[in-house]
Amino acid sequence: MPLTPATALDDVDGDDVIRWDHGGRTSAIYRTKGDAVFAADGLCTHEHVHLADGLLQGHLIEYPKHNGRFDIRHGAPKRAPDRVALKTYPARVVAGRIEIDVPE
Amino acid sequence: MIDILAPLKFKPTRNYSLTGPERQRALDDGLANAEWYQTPIDRKVLKELMKRKDGPALRDTAIWLGLLVATGAGGVYFWGTWWALPFFVVYGVLYGTSSDSRWHESLHGTPFRTDWMNNWLYNLASFMQIWNPVIWRWSHMRHHTDTTVVGRDPEIGTMRPPQMILMALNLIGLTSVPRNLMTLSRHALGRFTPDERDFTPAAELPKAANVARIHMAIHLTVWLSCLYWWTLLPALLIGLPRAYGVWFLLFIGLPQHAGLAEDVLDHRLNSRTILLPAPVRFLYWNMNYHVEHHMFPMVPYHALPRLHAAIRHDCPRAKGWWETWVQLLPVMIRQVRDHKYYIHQQLPPGAGAPKSGPRALH
Repeated sequence: MPLTPATALDDVDGDDVIRWDHGGRTSAIYRTKGDAVFAADGLCTHEHVHLADGLLQGHLIEYPKHNGRFDIRHGAPKRAPDRVALKTYPARVVAGRIEIDVPE
Repeated sequence: MIDILAPLKFKPTRNYSLTGPERQRALDDGLANAEWYQTPIDRKVLKELMKRKDGPALRDTAIWLGLLVATGAGGVYFWGTWWALPFFVVYGVLYGTSSDSRWHESLHGTPFRTDWMNNWLYNLASFMQIWNPVIWRWSHMRHHTDTTVVGRDPEIGTMRPPQMILMALNLIGLTSVPRNLMTLSRHALGRFTPDERDFTPAAELPKAANVARIHMAIHLTVWLSCLYWWTLLPALLIGLPRAYGVWFLLFIGLPQHAGLAEDVLDHRLNSRTILLPAPVRFLYWNMNYHVEHHMFPMVPYHALPRLHAAIRHDCPRAKGWWETWVQLLPVMIRQVRDHKYYIHQQLPPGAGAPKSGPRALH
């Protein structure tokens, strides 16, 4: 099944995250130090805070205002105040571009 | 007949309840969960500032706990003589004032890279504050989401009109400590107010009740020890320092938001940075950089001076402690009669446009 082309791999620094808005949905795209890519919903499940403004530490994204944390591999909440998992989407790199399996 | 207790009766002009009419107004006006102004800052610079380390907080916590032990031991050693007094004065400030900033920073999870250390410090400092660590975690999250938005923020410390007599009494915790103990007792009984239920998920309440029971058991043990040995010494070391040592916190902490705008979406307008000397910043873990903290809460306390340098061109001029109070105190006194009066923070030339929000007249 074709995935949706999102952005160039070079648009995301290693060990960092960017915001990606597509089809009325806001997402966050992650690139780890080891160049693995992940994608998930862009807003925290506690309140309306964008994860792309946060800090990626290994596989944990910590986001502003509340300092909650999610594991970007499967979206599990790892630090209060978050208790509800983040929705994640399959992501891969094809010819230098990140593709994501997001619902249209 | 003159009601001599009238100044003590808390009658805020606006309804600061989280379940009252102001809540709906805040929601209708788009002030809840809103996008706030942020000073533009290079992502790489911000990432560097946000970087976590264990070293600075391990060093500072060891010094803090070491000073607590040393001054507490001095107080015990000289107990019964006047020499105990200076030891307890310092012990009280280290306990009743500094535990506030330790509580606050560890709640955010920023001082230590290793998170169990943050949680350990958070639970210790919450106990010292006589605060329920579960309830206050959720309360403070809301404070950051909707800072000084009336009807949403449970931590508006200086509701208008300011309760000057209550504040004076609380220089030695005369009302705050009994209130904190009563709140903890209520939690231990499993009772929570509608406001607490508004910002705390229901699933967290049993945990909050259990923690309150443990904290209350420790406080009761301390007071029973006082009765058993017929001495105030155990309570002077555990619990009471929150009363006799909190005075310094009011002088350095009250300016965080006092006298400033409510219902805006810009921390430059509703929060205040003050400049303090290094020893005081150690006691307060740099929380005097309060605009910076609210705008970028992921920056650890030890990096806040560098963050201040990076964004001060976009923020109101930070004043020293004395200059801040010279401006603030007359404003608070005026607010007793004129609750709509507040300080309009002046932004420097070239600063980003203020995000006042639809209710800025309040």
